[in-house]
Amino acid sequence: MAAALVLLVLTAGPGALAQGDLVSAPAAQAQAPPAPPQRGSTGEALAFYVLAAIAAGSALGCVAATNIVRMAMCLLGTLGAVALLYFLMAANFLGVIQLIVYAGGTLIVIVFGVMLTSRAYGVRLRPRPSEALAGLVVCAALFVGLVTILVRTTWKPAATEPQVYEVAQIGSELLSTYLVPFELASVLLLAVMIGAAYLAQPTARSESQRAK
Amino acid sequence: MAKFTAQDALRGRWSPRAKPAAVGWFAGLGGLLALAALALGFAAARLAGLAYLLALVGLLAVALGAATCWLAALVIQFSALVGRLLFRFAFPIFLIALVGLIVIAWVPALLYHVVDQIAVDRGQSGGALTVAEIQAHLERGGNPGTRLSAAAAYALWPLQFRLMRDLLAMLGAVAFVSLVAMFGIWWERKVAGRIQSRLGPMRVGGWHGWAQSLADGLKLLQKEDIFLGGADRPLFKLAPYVAFVPALTLFLALPFSAAWVGRDLDVGLIFVLAMFGVGVLGVLIAGWASNNKWSMLGAMREACQMISYEIPLGFSLLVPIVTAGTLRLTTIGEMQAGGFHTWLAFANPFTFAAAVIFFVATLASCKRAPFDLPEAESELVAGYHTEYSGFRWALFFFAEYAEMFAAGALATILFCGAWYSPLPASWGTGLARGPVWQQALHGILFSGPLWFVFKSLFFVYVQIWLRWTLPRIRLDQVMYACVQVLLPLTMLALLGNTVWELLVRDGGAVALVANVVLTLVGAAAVIGMIGIIVYAFANRRKLVGTLAIEHLPGS
Repeated sequence: MAAALVLLVLTAGPGALAQGDLVSAPAAQAQAPPAPPQRGSTGEALAFYVLAAIAAGSALGCVAATNIVRMAMCLLGTLGAVALLYFLMAANFLGVIQLIVYAGGTLIVIVFGVMLTSRAYGVRLRPRPSEALAGLVVCAALFVGLVTILVRTTWKPAATEPQVYEVAQIGSELLSTYLVPFELASVLLLAVMIGAAYLAQPTARSESQRAK
Repeated sequence: MAKFTAQDALRGRWSPRAKPAAVGWFAGLGGLLALAALALGFAAARLAGLAYLLALVGLLAVALGAATCWLAALVIQFSALVGRLLFRFAFPIFLIALVGLIVIAWVPALLYHVVDQIAVDRGQSGGALTVAEIQAHLERGGNPGTRLSAAAAYALWPLQFRLMRDLLAMLGAVAFVSLVAMFGIWWERKVAGRIQSRLGPMRVGGWHGWAQSLADGLKLLQKEDIFLGGADRPLFKLAPYVAFVPALTLFLALPFSAAWVGRDLDVGLIFVLAMFGVGVLGVLIAGWASNNKWSMLGAMREACQMISYEIPLGFSLLVPIVTAGTLRLTTIGEMQAGGFHTWLAFANPFTFAAAVIFFVATLASCKRAPFDLPEAESELVAGYHTEYSGFRWALFFFAEYAEMFAAGALATILFCGAWYSPLPASWGTGLARGPVWQQALHGILFSGPLWFVFKSLFFVYVQIWLRWTLPRIRLDQVMYACVQVLLPLTMLALLGNTVWELLVRDGGAVALVANVVLTLVGAAAVIGMIGIIVYAFANRRKLVGTLAIEHLPGS
């Protein structure tokens, strides 16, 4: 009993602090400069290179793997690393959406689809020579194009701190300035849903087959 | 070597078999890590800036690793002795651990406070604080002597950086999740026992078998790590971590109080939701990589269930967001300050409905009964974790209990007053100004983290209670409940809440009546539940089996 009292007082003292002192901490942080300007700092550069290496490595693994579930897991590495890159650039919303849509949605559907077609366990996916050649050509074109753009652009550092967009800002922009693309995207999604519903509806033939 | 019997186990004597090879490995590894820590310590003393910070982080990690290795070696070598000591000194160990945990939880918060205060005192002149500045500030106060203040300044300096704070928050999350999982498993077994007129674990630790999870954890750590011949080995190894790490990461964004949050993200809510989603992949991969039809079926059910229930889950979360107007969890929490009636669940009928729907949907996303088809014991052996053993198996359970707590925490933050006490805030102001004992009482009754954990654990308890009360439903019934019941209901709630926000004036008569009626309903539910608990405790001799009666407290 006494021990319980001691415990309660122990939790209570700092608890009072949480209600009193520390609740005002966000306000204090707003005045204080605890997060120094980190633009171009070594830590950020280090994090970028590590994440970029993970993204590129997983992408390579995704291409090189012969097993479709392993490919999906490599894709998870790539998508996760790209989401972390977004976080690094203070684009929190984009990073979270990347995780929720691609890692939490698309990838699960891919793996789920693979499981439904369960013959895939022993199947090894290897491209035919013609496919490999076509892929190589496309990749080479893309690579050359990207490198050309990279070299030709004159990069200059931003004069001001990159602006951090709150979700509310993004939302109001989407529903005012960028309303047309936003609505077009929703029309596209509606079309997809109608198509899926059409494909999923039982046809007369399959109904009669089921009856037999 | 003496024979180890079941009698010994009951008396708390553990297997006397030592594992010399493992002991040697762990001790050796611990020694190497300690040497590395020593080298890093010497290096850190000569460095400054980022290199110092990195060296310090490395030092911390390596020293922790060394300590863990040596502890593991000791535990394995003296497992019989450790078991006996654990049994003998159960209650003191428990108390010391609890007090230690509370102190450990508060020390970083206080130190952050000190550092932030120094930064505020120094003013706006840019850049990070230097060690010299911190030392000057410390000596300005009490003047503890140069060497001591220099050491304190060096210790405080890294705490101003986000990286260090994130690392500490991650460590805290690991500790908290382990604690919640161990407590949750013990509690689940006790509740299950009582619901089925049994006792549940009673032996280990003395008082109602409280150390059962600890003993199970030690056992699982010593178990062989089994791999199947036909399994996809890398994926099989990876899967438990893919399930566990997201469940852990979401605790970084979960506010335990206004100031007690690892990262106060402006997208906190969808971050937590995304982590829930990514965790499913671990289960899927585990089922697939096991190359076993039971595992595969479990994983497929999980995927099917998760994909369907994420939709009502997400939509039911949109309802309070419409009212709150933000995705930042701390802001949503702060909106509900002031007592029981300000909870978002009682704001209007639609948020109340959304709270119920959200809870049902989290049952499905946490794989809890009546939606526990992915691990249906009576059909699928154990579902997706059939082939796992040892620590990897434990990780799945850690992930499950962490997600259960997180689901309860989300329900608390969004609908049930977050970390605020249900007592009216006006009581608190009087107590806070009173004498010391009143201040202590205020600290207990209005402590943020305490209430938050308490409310979240209450939701965990309801999940456990439902699991041992309701039968498992069929997969087609699960799908029916999602698509034809929950989804239309959430849509209605969302639509209704939007219309309500547009038409009903804040503080008007309609809003007031709705608030009062819903608060009364909520209060009636809480009082009824407390009444049932009191009734059950008073009549416990009638409610439990004959074996249990002799062991019940107070008999």
